[in-house]
Amino acid sequence: MTAGSFDVTIIAIMAPFAAAAVAPFATRLLGANAAWLLALIPAAIFAHFAGYIPLISQGETATISREWVPSYGVNFSFYIDGLSMLFAMLISGIGTLIILYAGGYLKGHPQQGRFFSFLFLFMGAMLGVVTGNNLLTLFIFWELTSVTSFLLIGFDHLRTASRRAATQALVVTGSGGLALLAGFLLIMGVTGEMEMSELLSQPDVIKNSGYYLPIFLLILGGAFTKSAQFPFHFWLPNAMEAPTPVSAFLHSATMVKAGVYLLMRMHPLLGDTVLWTTILPLFGGATLIVGTLLAVRQTDLKLMLAYTTVASLGLLVMLVGTSWEKALEGAVLYLVAHSLFKGALFMVAGTVDHEAGTRDVTKLGGLRGAMPITFAAACLASLSMAGLPPFIGFIAKEILYEGTLGAGGLALAVTATAVVGNALMLVIAAAVALKPFIGAKVETPKHAHEGPVLLFAGPVVLSLTGLAAALFAHSTGEAFIGPMLSSLTGQAANVDLHLIPAHFGMPLLLSVVTVALGIFLYLNLDRLRATMASLLETIGWGPDKGFDQFISALVTFSAKITGMVQTGKMHTYMLVIFAIVAGAVLIPTFTMNGLPNWPEVPDYRFYEWGILGIAILGLIAVLVAKTRLTAIVSLGIQGFSVAVIFMFFGAPDLSFTQFMVETLSVVILALVMTRLKLSPRDHRTKPAKVVSGVISLGAGAGIALTLMAITQRPFNTSLADFFTAYSRTIAHGRNIVNVIIVDFRGFDTLGEIAVVVLTGLCVLALIRVRTTPSAFEIERSEDKEGAKG
Amino acid sequence: MNTLIFRTIAPYVSALMVLFSIFVLLRGHNEPGGGFIGGLIAASALAIYGIACGVASVRRAIVFHPMSLAAFGLLIAALAGVPSVLFRQSYMTSQWLSLKLFDVTVDLSTPMVFDIGVYFVVVGAIASIALALEERESD
Amino acid sequence: MEAGFSVLIGVFFSVAIYLMLSRQIVRMLLGIAILGNAVNLLIFTAGRLTREVPPVIPPEVYTPVEATANPLPQALVLTAIVISFSFFAYLLVLAFRAYQELGTDNIDEMRVAEPEDEQAPSQGY
Repeated sequence: MTAGSFDVTIIAIMAPFAAAAVAPFATRLLGANAAWLLALIPAAIFAHFAGYIPLISQGETATISREWVPSYGVNFSFYIDGLSMLFAMLISGIGTLIILYAGGYLKGHPQQGRFFSFLFLFMGAMLGVVTGNNLLTLFIFWELTSVTSFLLIGFDHLRTASRRAATQALVVTGSGGLALLAGFLLIMGVTGEMEMSELLSQPDVIKNSGYYLPIFLLILGGAFTKSAQFPFHFWLPNAMEAPTPVSAFLHSATMVKAGVYLLMRMHPLLGDTVLWTTILPLFGGATLIVGTLLAVRQTDLKLMLAYTTVASLGLLVMLVGTSWEKALEGAVLYLVAHSLFKGALFMVAGTVDHEAGTRDVTKLGGLRGAMPITFAAACLASLSMAGLPPFIGFIAKEILYEGTLGAGGLALAVTATAVVGNALMLVIAAAVALKPFIGAKVETPKHAHEGPVLLFAGPVVLSLTGLAAALFAHSTGEAFIGPMLSSLTGQAANVDLHLIPAHFGMPLLLSVVTVALGIFLYLNLDRLRATMASLLETIGWGPDKGFDQFISALVTFSAKITGMVQTGKMHTYMLVIFAIVAGAVLIPTFTMNGLPNWPEVPDYRFYEWGILGIAILGLIAVLVAKTRLTAIVSLGIQGFSVAVIFMFFGAPDLSFTQFMVETLSVVILALVMTRLKLSPRDHRTKPAKVVSGVISLGAGAGIALTLMAITQRPFNTSLADFFTAYSRTIAHGRNIVNVIIVDFRGFDTLGEIAVVVLTGLCVLALIRVRTTPSAFEIERSEDKEGAKG
Repeated sequence: MNTLIFRTIAPYVSALMVLFSIFVLLRGHNEPGGGFIGGLIAASALAIYGIACGVASVRRAIVFHPMSLAAFGLLIAALAGVPSVLFRQSYMTSQWLSLKLFDVTVDLSTPMVFDIGVYFVVVGAIASIALALEERESD
Repeated sequence: MEAGFSVLIGVFFSVAIYLMLSRQIVRMLLGIAILGNAVNLLIFTAGRLTREVPPVIPPEVYTPVEATANPLPQALVLTAIVISFSFFAYLLVLAFRAYQELGTDNIDEMRVAEPEDEQAPSQGY
């Protein structure tokens, strides 16, 4: 591969973001048919990643890097190996079909353009996650998938259920994302590396470090929330509030697999330890069983599929958790198979919903005549899901049984779990594929007929791919499964797949057991469902309900805290602020050796003593003033003494300015105060006065001591020297103060006079704006009446 | 405060103060003074005139709304920085021009224009506030 | 020289803060006016004090012959005086209008933004 084609890869990964910008306009111009045009983009991306097959299948990898924030070592870098290539192809390939499907599914929806936009944003983010090499780049894309998922789940944001589901998904996956970030930071701290490709070249560093446990748990937190592992599984079924294309794309085929991807990616770094092989199978297995049992309980097509997705993710985590090569191979195969059949089945469910007006299996039946193509696609996909030949699902199941059987001490438990889980999945597959289509025709809310080509293209292509992958099993293994497996194990892997099992051993026997158990359970589906329903009723609590309680408690708690911190009493705020001011100046003075030397009595001249005395008298007079007039006059006295002080100490400019300002202050103060029936008298209680007195004396003393200490130090005159030296020579002005204001620091002054203009405008606005006997007054009087009543 | 004497002399005092403020403004670069001080003096003049003879007559006397004066000042202060950009120097580098008029050298400079801008801003904004408050007095 | 001024400035700050801690809006305004002066004096003093020699260069020379007062704090304080004045005017008008609208000059009774009987936030989505 040449450098040029690597640049194309970056363009390919970024292309969805560009498409997101274009999509609304394309949709406005072309309506639903824009889907045909827009689908070309993911198709091109798919073709580009397919171009990596020859390179990758030879065991090579590719790294593409551009500097992003070089000062922090954050690179915009991508890593292509078997794992990321296969994921990228799944994302772009299924993405192409989903765009087409969304074109048909949301045809005529006023927000269809926005929907396409969100889908493309997600696609770009997801591509970034699976190809990201730099840990921080990966994290940012990871979070972006959470955000786009939030937008897509909440697409129909006028419904409360959608908003709740969206919030829930964001909270769960977002908090997992934070854990992930912490984990990544720890990894960086331990290894000093940010690039995944570098980390993979030294796989044992993290395992041998003392931080293995926290890193492991934090990464797990990210992966488990994203991939909906028990007990975080609840957000995924709720996410079915999203339009069906979203469910098919994000919540079965791609995004929820990001967690599994992460575990697979990290397997060489974190895997194959006692912790890994205990915790992962445990949670994965629990998720598998809980997921399938809850799926049986449902009657809604999408919810049934959603819970089996949870179960499948559990199965994948369980398999990855065994760390045994054959089981990993099973996981990889099953992941591909699952993406193909589950995407197809979701689209089928959506089509049925779209055409018949309901997706409740108990209200559907006999649609096979009306929707033959959809029925055919559903059958093909379901056979793969049920693990029957000749589909990729069958091969996956064979391999994974082979894997679980050899999984060391846990073999029996893992295998048993897998068998039960697979049997229940067969039940659901059969229910989804058969119930709506066979049997007597049932009256549906809408008159059902076959959907347009946009709607059935996706499921048909995906289910046929599942068939083709199995028929050409050998090539599938060589081109995809092998390279991906070697990414997991960290060494070259040879995968030789056959559609027809090489020998009739335990795996095939287990398959027969699975199918038999599945058929038996399917025949008793109604009874099983009733049992589950009553069982759940008995428990009466679940993580979903727990989430509501958690959020509600959080809101109440923060309201309480806010009420405590923000009392609404201005007086309290001021007390806190000035107490902190006092502390800030006093504490360093006494603890950090900031006390000044004891000063000598200054040798002021008598008039200087005089003006200091007058200033202090003025201040005291303000404090004790009983009438408005004395208050204003005393304020004037202290102000004028400040002006005189400026005069005595070589600042005539300041002195003039202060005189004028004080005059104007007194005038406007008098103008306002005479119009207010305000008494300047202090209405505080004695203790309150003491508290204020202590705080203000403390702050004043602190400032005095600090200033004294500062002025006892030597003074750096370089700035003053600069201005004095250049005032006339460069700026042609003899009044240095004025030169500084209008020339040296003219830009500052420009800002300052802008502030003066603004305050002038604000004052005018305040005076002119008359709230008509005001909405506020009315509201207040109503409040009062309400309080009385 | 509305005595006859005050009302009679107030216009003259105000006029003198405005004249003085312009003097203070223009000498500011070399002697104590400048736009801020000059502006405050002129604003006080207008405030005194307003107290004595009513806000309406002040508004008639200065023709423009005081906030327009302030805005004008801000504008020329900002524009005073532009000429240096035309000479490919950074914004607000001072430019000087000496003119000989009848044996007297008159120095014109961008800082002076800037200072005049400051003067107008201060006069406009402060007078606007003071007049607005005085107006409240009468209603 | 500066020591006495430090004490004076301390007094200015104490009085300003004491006034600002009262609940009468008029007293708070007086406090704010004094606080402005306190800060200006603080900056002025921190630049060291020099008696009677303004930072103006005599006409016949290009740099001052004798030591002058430090011009930098003066330039800072000069603009600060004008700005603090315009803010003072703004606050004054704000207080005035608040009094007119709310009919109280006690800051603890001005509770439009954070009402006393604020409802608990909604628990829904």
